[in-house]
Amino acid sequence: MGMTITEKILARHAGLEKTQPGELISARVDVVLGNDITAPVAIKEFEKLGVEKVFDPERVVLVPDHFVPNKDIQSAEQAKMLREFARKQGIVNYFEVGRMGIEHCLLPEQGLVLPGDVIIGADSHTCTYGAVGAFATGVGSTDMAAAMATGETWFKVPETIKFVFNGQLQPWVGGKDLILHAIGDIGVDGARYMAMEFTGEAIDNLSMEGRMTMANMAIEAGGKNGIIPPDDKTVDYVKRRAKRDYELYQSDPDAAYARVIEYDISALEPVVAFPHLPENTRPISKVGDVKIDQVIIGSCTNGRLEDLRQAAKLLKGKKVHRDIRVIVIPGTQEIYRQAMAEGLIDTFIQANAAVSTPTCGPCLGGYMGILAKGERALATTNRNFVGRMGHPESEVYLSGPAVAAASAVCGYIAAPEEVL
Amino acid sequence: MQFVGNVWKFGNDVDTDAIIPARYLNTSDPEDLAKHCMEDADPEFAKKAQDGDVIVAGKNFGCGSSREHAPIAIKAAKVSCIIAPSFARIFYRNAINIGLPIFECDEAARDIGEGDRVEIDASSGRIKNLTSGKTYQAVPFPEFMQELIDQGGLMKYVEKKVKQNG
Repeated sequence: MGMTITEKILARHAGLEKTQPGELISARVDVVLGNDITAPVAIKEFEKLGVEKVFDPERVVLVPDHFVPNKDIQSAEQAKMLREFARKQGIVNYFEVGRMGIEHCLLPEQGLVLPGDVIIGADSHTCTYGAVGAFATGVGSTDMAAAMATGETWFKVPETIKFVFNGQLQPWVGGKDLILHAIGDIGVDGARYMAMEFTGEAIDNLSMEGRMTMANMAIEAGGKNGIIPPDDKTVDYVKRRAKRDYELYQSDPDAAYARVIEYDISALEPVVAFPHLPENTRPISKVGDVKIDQVIIGSCTNGRLEDLRQAAKLLKGKKVHRDIRVIVIPGTQEIYRQAMAEGLIDTFIQANAAVSTPTCGPCLGGYMGILAKGERALATTNRNFVGRMGHPESEVYLSGPAVAAASAVCGYIAAPEEVL
Repeated sequence: MQFVGNVWKFGNDVDTDAIIPARYLNTSDPEDLAKHCMEDADPEFAKKAQDGDVIVAGKNFGCGSSREHAPIAIKAAKVSCIIAPSFARIFYRNAINIGLPIFECDEAARDIGEGDRVEIDASSGRIKNLTSGKTYQAVPFPEFMQELIDQGGLMKYVEKKVKQNG
C-alpha cells in the first residue's frame, strides 16, 4: 500500500520509512510560527523551561500582525514581549511593523515555507502552507513553546480525504468559492482530525494565491492540514524565494484515503457563507436581498495581489454605495507596493474605500472595522462565528473578493455581473 | 482523580470566539480571561458558574482559532472538565497540554441536562449522572496522551526530556 503526501512528509520528518493513519509519531519541525496574541503565552511557557536558546533562531518565525500597529496599551505590551524575545534569541525572521504582513501571506512570499516541510504555527490558519506542498498545521501556544525548545513535536498521523475538483471554473469563481463549496458540503467538522488533499483539473488551473485560499480554510472544516501536491506552478513560485533546499512529495497512486469526494464545478457560482458558520453556504443566485453595512477585502484568506486585482477590476471607475463602508487590507507590504504600482490602491481610494496597512484586525474583531449591534458585514475573511467581527448581535457573511467588491457598490450582497 | 459538579449545557460547534472573544485577547492573564469565559454563548456564564462545574456540549467543541486562551479561560473559570461527543482538534490538543480534562462521550453529552449533577472519574473516563443515576463510559485517552496527563501536561513532559538530553 502506498502513502499519501501527508503520510510521506510526516514519515520523513519522523525518520521513518513508512507511517500510517493513527500512528503517534515524534517529528522534526522545519518552521515554528507565532504571532502577537499566541507567542506571548508561548514565551512565558518557554521561559519556565530553563532552556537558554530556541532550537534554531532561523526557524522560529515571529510576526506581530493581530493587534499591530498596537491598538491599545495592553496589545503594545504583548507586541513588546515578542520584540524583546526576538532580540534576545536572535530570531532572524521577526517582522516589525512596516516590514511585516499578515503571517500567512508573508511566510510564503518570503520563501520561509517550502514544499516537503513540516510547519507548526500557533495560529489555526497555519494550514495555508499546504498550498506549497508542505504539511502545515495550527497548534496552541504550549505546543509552540515545546517546539521552540526541542525542534520537534508529536503528531497523530491523520487519515486523508481526497477532494477532486473536476471541470473549468466560471468567470469570477475562484479558490474561495471552491473551498466554501466543499465546507458547505461536508460541514465544519467534516474533516475533523483529517488531512484534506485537494486535486483535480480546477486545482491545476488555480493560481498559487487561489490554492493558498483553499488550504487556508481547511481548518474551517476541522481539517488538520490542507495540502495540494506540488506541480510546476508550485516550483515556479518557490524557486524564486527559497533560501534552503526543499523536496517535492506526491501521493502514491495506490495510497489509501478515508474518502474520495469528487465535484464537478463547471456550473459552480460564486459562493456566500451565511452567519454563523462557514458551512452555511449558498450560491450567489440564492442569496436573496441581504443589505450590508461594511465590506472587508483582505485577511490571510483573500488579502493577496490576485484578490486585490479582482476587487479593483469591479471597483474601477465606480463608487462604494453611500450606505457602505469598505476597508481594503493588502496582506503584506510587498503586496501593498505592488498594488500601488498597478494603480489598484488608487482605484480603491477613488471608489471611497479605506486602505489599511497589513493587519488581521477586523477578521477576528480585534480592531479596525468592528461591527456595532445589528450590523452586517460581507468579508473575504475565513470565519463568521457569533461576534467574530464585533458585537455578538452583528453578522458576518463570507465570500470571495469579486462578490465583496460588487456588494460594496450595490449596498447588498451582489453578483459580480450586477456591476459590470 | 474525581470531579463532582453541576452541569452547564451548550450546543454543537461552540467555537473559540464564543469561548473567549478576540476583543479580550490583548491579555493572556488567566484571571482576566476567566471573567469573559463563554461570554458570546452565555453572557452570564462567568458570573453564574461555581467552582468545579462541568460543561456538557454538542459536537466539535472548541472549533476555530488555535488560541490557547480558550481552554485557559475555562480552566481559570474553575470549570473542572468538559464532556462532548467530539472536540475540535487544536482545542483537544491545547486542553491536554494545559491539563484541562476533556471527555468524549456521545451518549453522556446527549443525555445529561442543564443543572444535573455529575461525577466523573478522570482516569477511567466513567461518568455518572447523580441526578438520573445513569452511567456512561467516555472514550479512553491513547496511552501517550495518558502519559502526558499523568506527567502534568506537555511542558512537564518536555522539561523531563530536555533534562534527559542534557
